Amino acid sequence: MQISEIVLIFAANLIAAIPLGRLMAKVFEGEKNFFDFISPVENFLFRFSGIDSKKEMSWKEFLTALMTINLIWFVYAFVMLMIQGSLPLNPDGNPSMSPDLAFNTAISFLVNCNLQHYSGETGATYFSQIFVLMFLQFVSAATGIAAFAGLLRGLKEKSGDTLGNFYNYFVKSLTRILLPLCIAVAVILALRGVPMTFEGKFSITTLEGIEQTISQGPVAAFMAIKHIGTNGGGFFGANASHPLENPDPITNAILLFSQVVIPIGCIFTMGYYLRRKKLSYVILGVMTLGMLCLLIPTVNSETGGNPMITEMGIAQPLGNMEGKEVRFGPTSSAYWSIVTTVISTGSVNSMHDSFMPLSGAMQMLGMMTNAFYGGVGVGMLNYFVFLIIAVFVSGLMIGRTPEFLGKKIEAREMKIATIVALIHPMMILTGTAVSTYIVTNFPELTWKIKPSGWLNNPGYHGFSEMLYEFTSAAANNGSGFEGLADNNFFWNYSTGIVLFLGRFIPIIGPIAIAGMLGRKIRIPESPGSLNTENATFGIMTFAVIVIIAALSFFPALALGPFAELLSIK
Amino acid sequence: MKENLYKSIRLTLALLVFLSGVYTIVILGFSKAFAPGGGSIRLLNPSGSNTGGLNIGQAFSENKYFWGRPSAVNYDASASAGSNKGPTNPEYLVVVRKRIDTFLVKNPGINRNDIPSELVTASGSGLDPHISRRAAEIQIPRVAKERNIPEKELQNLVDTNLEGPDLGIFGTERINLLKLNASLDKLPK
Repeated sequence: MQISEIVLIFAANLIAAIPLGRLMAKVFEGEKNFFDFISPVENFLFRFSGIDSKKEMSWKEFLTALMTINLIWFVYAFVMLMIQGSLPLNPDGNPSMSPDLAFNTAISFLVNCNLQHYSGETGATYFSQIFVLMFLQFVSAATGIAAFAGLLRGLKEKSGDTLGNFYNYFVKSLTRILLPLCIAVAVILALRGVPMTFEGKFSITTLEGIEQTISQGPVAAFMAIKHIGTNGGGFFGANASHPLENPDPITNAILLFSQVVIPIGCIFTMGYYLRRKKLSYVILGVMTLGMLCLLIPTVNSETGGNPMITEMGIAQPLGNMEGKEVRFGPTSSAYWSIVTTVISTGSVNSMHDSFMPLSGAMQMLGMMTNAFYGGVGVGMLNYFVFLIIAVFVSGLMIGRTPEFLGKKIEAREMKIATIVALIHPMMILTGTAVSTYIVTNFPELTWKIKPSGWLNNPGYHGFSEMLYEFTSAAANNGSGFEGLADNNFFWNYSTGIVLFLGRFIPIIGPIAIAGMLGRKIRIPESPGSLNTENATFGIMTFAVIVIIAALSFFPALALGPFAELLSIK
Repeated sequence: MKENLYKSIRLTLALLVFLSGVYTIVILGFSKAFAPGGGSIRLLNPSGSNTGGLNIGQAFSENKYFWGRPSAVNYDASASAGSNKGPTNPEYLVVVRKRIDTFLVKNPGINRNDIPSELVTASGSGLDPHISRRAAEIQIPRVAKERNIPEKELQNLVDTNLEGPDLGIFGTERINLLKLNASLDKLPK
């Protein structure tokens, strides 16, 4: 069994997350830290852009700054992708993207999702990979971390109006957190044989005398931020199952480590920043419990193999191997598939479409809850929404004023939290319902790809492909049941819109709440206040997550993966 | 708003130079200097004719070579992809059944339950360069007969090409198929 491999990687993550969490807290607070030597570069960036990084922002100013710069990136990416074919750094002569594909791709990388309705080898030029997609991978991750910093500031504020400076958090997340980690990861990947070159594809003759064309490119630099920033968009079509993105089990372990390190680090950051370490432990406990509930069934069903193949009388010593690579094996692939779905990375080292039905359900649940660890920064924002609801519900249950960290949670905050929590299932279920309606009622529409040709698998599994796609878009995950023919008008625009809302509503909501809480006067804690730092409250939060997120989706899951599971004899 | 727009554009330009430019050049320079192959793809016999990407699987179908896994893209290394077939898809199951039958015909004397599933299922990338020890060993009789080599010699070759788990923990025990087949060709006739 490869269980020890998983345990080792996860333990390394926990150990590394503690110093990283402390560093991030220091960066947010502006305390002295190891990376102070880099401040001349930061100051240059601020001066060049005419930014006063010390200016305090209200939550509205904070969000305006965040949304404006995101708008600029969207326009830039959208235009560049549509003209990439005539830009330099295109040795393979790849074409420009169609408007609908460019729209989807630009939004998808802007929102840290990387849904990818194209294949890297033929759909993107080296210019786009480095100057558009990798750029967005950096800045979208930093946007998430900056929003998280703003949230923390609001929670800490005694009774003030401000959340700090967005640009300050944003730039420092890049220079002091993302970039150093990326350089370390990229260097190791390069040493282990991940290519880093601007040469185009080349041909070799195989032992059997067939010509084989091999795509390459500046992969190592791209792979690092792809995982450190929980982006997940692959350089190649096959993502991290491709032997050039992820050549061996060591690189596999490093990539697994890199996508988890900041999300878990953020939990500790919260504890250090708010001087409430116990709160961190409770959150870490709830999230880890959630992750394990999804992981164990997945490992179990993947290593058990496909019963339909067992029936044919052959051996499955490794397990279910369709869509998996021999070098990683099913245990490590199962772990990756759960990590990448709870954390919203969305990179894959095996094809989720070919996982067993139960595993597919667990992967989807990871994205449907979207609160166990979660993407860099934004994972904590999502969890915060559930936390607010749990505080409110607990308050009602025991007849005390709902308070979090000495701040009263009132109707306005609660309304925002509820809207954010409910918009997620609404988008997924509506989207899936519409697409299912089109497939069943208008299969012969004369679109580029007829709806009857969308699905790569019949029956329940085909339904799961559509459900997975909208879930992935709403959770800003980016993985897919890739059998779905998604590069066409309907899927590019519908998921594009879901991606946008699924990113910015869960940022705007919590930041607004943080701003409102910041302004409130802190009530000293008394024996009468609700304790949010013990196991009981942890279980309460877990229950809220299960009830809101998981139960909204149960009927849909029953029609897809669970029906498929029951159809196996 | 207008002021934000101006700041955002300037900051974006500066970061494009800093992230996409400087960071990329640093990693590129490091690779050129220190990475195996200077940042290009690692090749088997880089100077020889008998070449191939060390990590890139190749299609093998001749009896004199060990065979690898089925590939959804027929080992096209410029269009990587998996089959994305669901585990209960009836058409997919028919394909797997056919692969098993073909394998049994071409490898007489093999028991059905000796075939490990990775030999009849497609990999995620379509470029999987590896097979397991078991997948290699059940092909020894066929290759030995075709090449007129004692089976024991092939068993030795399989054993010397075994790699992993890396550091004793990471990944699976496996064989790089291209290395194995290239070393077959080097055996004295």
